[in-house]
Amino acid sequence: MSPKLKEADGRELKTENQEMTGSSMLIQALAREKVDVIFGYPGGAILPTYDEIYRTGIRHILARHEQGAIHAAEGYARVSGKPGVCVVTSGPGATNVVTGIADAMIDSLPMVVITGQVATSVIGTDAFQEADVVGVTMPITKHNFQVRDVEELPRIIKEAFHIATTGRPGPVLIDLPKDVSTASGFFNYDQDVDLPGYQPTVTPNKHQIKKLVEAVTKAEKPVILAGAGVLHSGAAKELLDYVEQQQIPVSSTLLGLGAFPGNHKLSLGMAGMHGTYTSNMALHETDLLISIGARFDDRVTGNLKHFAPGAKVAHIDIDPAEIGKNIETSIPVVGDAKEALRMLFEAKGTPCECTQWKEQLNEWKQEYPLWYKEEDNSLKPQRLIEMIYEETKGEAVVTTDVGQHQMWAAQYYKFDKPNCWVTSGGLGTMGFGFPSAIGAQFAEPDKQVVAVLGDAGFQMTAQEMSILQELNLPVKIILVNNASLGMVRQWQQLFYEERYSNSLFPVQPDFVKMAEAYNIKGWKVEDPNEMQGALKEALNYEGPVLMDCRVHKDENVYPMIAPGKGHHEMEGIKP
Amino acid sequence: MKRTIIATVNNTSGVMNRITGLFARRHFNIESITVGMTENPAVSRMTFVVNVDDQRGLDQVIKQLNKQVDVLKVRDITDDAIVARELALIKVVAAPQHRGEISALAEPFRASIVDVGRESVTLQVTGDQQKVEALIDLLKPYGIKELARTGITAFKRGTKKSVFESPKYSIIN
Repeated sequence: MSPKLKEADGRELKTENQEMTGSSMLIQALAREKVDVIFGYPGGAILPTYDEIYRTGIRHILARHEQGAIHAAEGYARVSGKPGVCVVTSGPGATNVVTGIADAMIDSLPMVVITGQVATSVIGTDAFQEADVVGVTMPITKHNFQVRDVEELPRIIKEAFHIATTGRPGPVLIDLPKDVSTASGFFNYDQDVDLPGYQPTVTPNKHQIKKLVEAVTKAEKPVILAGAGVLHSGAAKELLDYVEQQQIPVSSTLLGLGAFPGNHKLSLGMAGMHGTYTSNMALHETDLLISIGARFDDRVTGNLKHFAPGAKVAHIDIDPAEIGKNIETSIPVVGDAKEALRMLFEAKGTPCECTQWKEQLNEWKQEYPLWYKEEDNSLKPQRLIEMIYEETKGEAVVTTDVGQHQMWAAQYYKFDKPNCWVTSGGLGTMGFGFPSAIGAQFAEPDKQVVAVLGDAGFQMTAQEMSILQELNLPVKIILVNNASLGMVRQWQQLFYEERYSNSLFPVQPDFVKMAEAYNIKGWKVEDPNEMQGALKEALNYEGPVLMDCRVHKDENVYPMIAPGKGHHEMEGIKP
Repeated sequence: MKRTIIATVNNTSGVMNRITGLFARRHFNIESITVGMTENPAVSRMTFVVNVDDQRGLDQVIKQLNKQVDVLKVRDITDDAIVARELALIKVVAAPQHRGEISALAEPFRASIVDVGRESVTLQVTGDQQKVEALIDLLKPYGIKELARTGITAFKRGTKKSVFESPKYSIIN
């Protein structure tokens, strides 16, 4: 018999074609997929797998709620580009990760989620902790499996990783009944993936690329809309090369921040509901809109009737279903962003001079920059984000929940580098920011990870402070505390005649004491003059930190495209 | 517009659920779905008749179907030369004095009487949708007690000469 292989961390890599249990196969397969960390929570139906985790010593991070585990896996996936792996038990364990799966689906994050399931003999009998997880997650996974026979398990795991990480990335779920994980079978992980129904197109059609090159030559007012697809395909460099060659201005989606350097002279900033005036007006006035890895989400487009009225639309996307879904497209380019950008670069088209267009854009930039007022000696949330940017030199990984603080972070932290921005874009999940920061810290152990959170969202997953305490993980929690559900309050102010229904917190916990309960260093800052100093101290502190920053409570996010309005109808563009 | 789409899919558990779930959550309007095994037991064939507003809606249906890992091939065959058939069982109120009449009605449709009760007869008819509907219309005055339709199942013809099927019955044309 061949000797047992050992990896550096002590994990045993068993040789092929050995007989072993399903749970053992699972751990062996994870090792072969080079999974270095699992986020999870044990329970009855997944016990055999947890026994195997105990025996092999594969790194497992114990969350305090399954939602924490799945968001941590998402943060890990977003920053590392590798699949995030989450293991939970059947029934409530599985339903607790549903939000995270839906979040990963809509934001295209590669994930492999393994849920325990009751034994096959009792499936369908409403057994203890049974839920139809495959049924529940069918619409929110890229694909899902229920393993019925242990012999199928290696093939299924291999397919799951393949599907999750190729094409447009997404979450794949494997539902593993308890008896399958204890049954024995032969482990063969060397078979090729054979999925005739799943063949993503990577290389774009040359003809379409040619059409796009010609369109750029003719365009007078071109603009690129860079989305998260650029980041998923690792094409930030290719985008920069192409843009510098062709001199086309770049607008970014929320999730595309960092795909193109925020400080570059051709960067117009974020587009959409709370995007910059310049970015939105560029999309409105353009005659050639080149979307790369963006999906024309309603928060980007505003009212579709008014979106880019005079534009010829070129859409580069690896998912053909996105092309033409919301916006009529005249140059469809199905393929990987990196491949497409490389082909475009190599085509060496005539660069766009468009002097007039660029002058116009610069004029808008000068005339309508992002703005906020410094007033009544209160801490402005926008200023807080600027300070974080200054103190981290723009090099931190920033994670957020959803809402006002998210928009301020997107507006005022100038993302210059790819994969430093972790936010819940499509689903808009409160409670995402903090656990995703934990995952991000595992993906980038040497980088500073700053979780910019609202006081409301933080309270949804605050229990994960246990992980920081347990591992002394140096995540810096910065609460943008306005004692309210800020964005809900803003909408109630603007669209519901100031009827603040359930958006203002009458009481709040003492966040500093809360942090201290987890042995995490806490600061409370109210005075804007003390902010920078406190921030410096907190960021330089070696362990985990929570900063309760009491910001101006009535601050609103501007500029804004009100619901149902077009890009040219922005409000709050000037003080 | 009404389109006929065929898809070959993996014959695994839950595939039907995946497809119908997809139609429901994307608000695609389906008129009928049929599914059955093919010459290859690992593969099933589905035939959908969908109602879409425009070409973009149709593209979305096809692209979203294609995105499913278990869907092997999707094709809109509406404008091709196809064989499209559906089967209907129609239970009609039939007093003894009407039975002859009903039977005569059925004949040009090549419908057959498959069950006779004291007060009703059941007819079975096979054909394209218009033919089935024409027979149903003709039977309505007698009183239809129950109606079961399978929905269209279809595939492309072996030869591609004619785009339109020549009518095989005289009542409609």
